[in-house]
Amino acid sequence: MAATNLGSTTTTKITNYPLNAWYVAAWDYEVTRTPLARTICDRPLALYRTEDGKPVALADACWHRLAPLSMGKVVGKDGIQCPYHGIVYNSAGRCTSMPAQETINPSATVPSFPVVQRHRFVWVWLGDAALANPDLIPDMHQMDHPDWVGEGKTIHADCNYQLIVDNLMDLTHEEFVHGSSIGQEELSESDFETTHSGNTVTVTRWMKDINPPPFWKKNIQDVYPDYEGKVDRWQIIHFEAPSTINIDVGVAKAGTGAPEGDRSQGVNGFVMNTITPESSSTSHYFWSFQRNYRLESQLITTQLREGVTRVFGEDEDMLRAQQKAIEANPDYEFYNLNIDAGGMWVRRLLEKMLLAEGRLGTRAEGQPGNK
Amino acid sequence: MAATNVEVWQKAILVSSLEIAEGIRQIVLRQNNPAKAAPGSHIDLMISIDGEPTRRSYSIVEQSPDLKDITIAVFKVRSSRGGSIALHALAEGTELDITQPIQNFPLRFGATKYVLLAGGIGITAILGMATALKNANLDYRLVFVARSKKAMAFAAELAEAHGNRFEQHIDDEGQTLDVKKLIASLDKNTELYMCGPIRLMDEVRREWSNTDFDITNLRYETFGASGWFEPEPFDLNFANSSVKITVGKNQSALEAIEAAGLEVISDCRKGECGLCEIKISGLQGKIDHRDVFLSPEQKAANEKFLCCVSRIAAEDSDRGSVELVLDSAQAFELSQD
Repeated sequence: MAATNLGSTTTTKITNYPLNAWYVAAWDYEVTRTPLARTICDRPLALYRTEDGKPVALADACWHRLAPLSMGKVVGKDGIQCPYHGIVYNSAGRCTSMPAQETINPSATVPSFPVVQRHRFVWVWLGDAALANPDLIPDMHQMDHPDWVGEGKTIHADCNYQLIVDNLMDLTHEEFVHGSSIGQEELSESDFETTHSGNTVTVTRWMKDINPPPFWKKNIQDVYPDYEGKVDRWQIIHFEAPSTINIDVGVAKAGTGAPEGDRSQGVNGFVMNTITPESSSTSHYFWSFQRNYRLESQLITTQLREGVTRVFGEDEDMLRAQQKAIEANPDYEFYNLNIDAGGMWVRRLLEKMLLAEGRLGTRAEGQPGNK
Repeated sequence: MAATNVEVWQKAILVSSLEIAEGIRQIVLRQNNPAKAAPGSHIDLMISIDGEPTRRSYSIVEQSPDLKDITIAVFKVRSSRGGSIALHALAEGTELDITQPIQNFPLRFGATKYVLLAGGIGITAILGMATALKNANLDYRLVFVARSKKAMAFAAELAEAHGNRFEQHIDDEGQTLDVKKLIASLDKNTELYMCGPIRLMDEVRREWSNTDFDITNLRYETFGASGWFEPEPFDLNFANSSVKITVGKNQSALEAIEAAGLEVISDCRKGECGLCEIKISGLQGKIDHRDVFLSPEQKAANEKFLCCVSRIAAEDSDRGSVELVLDSAQAFELSQD
């Protein structure tokens, strides 16, 4: 009954986004003393850095006539000046200077959103600021821990964020979308296990004693150049609400004990993914491939980055096509398969977050006809 | 979720009205189209004064968990321009036009220390902030200033909710707030939010400007409703027109000018934006500058008058008057009438 009372939206095609959550607004290096315009959850933001290096996120619209502050310039220690009439705001969004008057209108403020820099990203909280606890930032420690190295990119994805989450929560698509790199038929043939907690979902899949696909053959040979044998391959998908998915991936020489916990005869990577809704039908998809072997090799770092870029390019094409098909077929619904268990648990968690915000059932903004 | 300053009008039913302190009624309004009120929000409502629909602003004291009911508290000011008297008289079941919550006085989370300062009915703008800071487990002091114990709304509830974070200063019990001392007890990481009579707020602003504290850490909201002198009728003369207007005790100069058919450009009607500023060419009496637009120096110079809130107080026994300079096109039209 409880599930009925929630008014199930687990098969919603265009999922609304929780606002009481941290989202990545930008890579740390993108936020500078030159303001950056970026829309997060349908809200245009002006991102910049104060003189002492603190990242700032203000609504990208001057209080006065809504000119975009991101077109302005930083002034003083922590201010930004509207490019139109020169009104200056500090990092709290409070006006510090108005043209041609001796006082400042006390109402003159622009919203300033809580911001935290962590794991090589700048995170922003757009919901109730009283709840913006930095401890709620998803764990992405592999991004900047000395045991790990890696690089990544941002994909501007032409689809609702949930479609990317679905994509990452079920990797059987690799066989069909990524056949030349990481896909193989054992993906669909092997069993998987799904577990969940209050704000996480984990999907674990082991493929034992298989031939490594090209991507993984290359990786294991980066450590064991002469190895031509079979491998035990794992994919452990860690989802943390609302939209961070870190996938523990790797292969080890078959039968050396990796499934039991001894990965010493293998290679291990983490595909770090965090997806930020831009609008109901577009997303900022930040990813990096981190590894814990051959840390000294920039060649491997670059090869992995470019390899994953090609793989994700294939996803990007599929997701764009899927979004278009959803929009073109408003009278058809989603149906579920057994392989969707992970994605369905994710949708259940998002539903609870939206319910707590009183935003469940309200259609994703800017999207007509979503039920 | 983000607070808004967009005006969305809706119907509301007055579901209860109760006197909770001397001259103060707590009024609960059930909204037709509810929206969440962030701390520091207010509503505007339309109330009929002498048959004229008039707009008034009231801070939101409390909101029910289902968001439908919002509580305001209305002080029947002796010097009221009429809004509070009319509201006090409304019966349960009355339908009103009100806005959804409007946020012009946002509380920022993230400061290390807060002082919330309320004077009299100004507690209505501050109370929700105190609750929010308490819930967020932040470091705050709530300072409540009033002329008498009887005139304090919510004092007992606040004492209970905020314990030793709550301080009260009651004038007629000899505990008048020492503003200098209050400001001296703060440090530069403190944000001070205040709402109260202009005398209190002017003093705080003056003391604040004597420190090296960031001026933007002093936050305040004014509805332009209080001044240095009791409101009394005064006359408006015009340097370039023979029109004479008397401003009644219960109306603003702007309202009187508009009622006389003259056009003055204006916007906020609470002494903030400066649009309704008019040049002064003559004065009898004292200007009761009630705005926050002119600087103290500009106010002292008595060269400009913000007609939306400021008034003239008589000196000696003569009625006060001010001579204003209309823009020349309007003066020309008037001379043709």
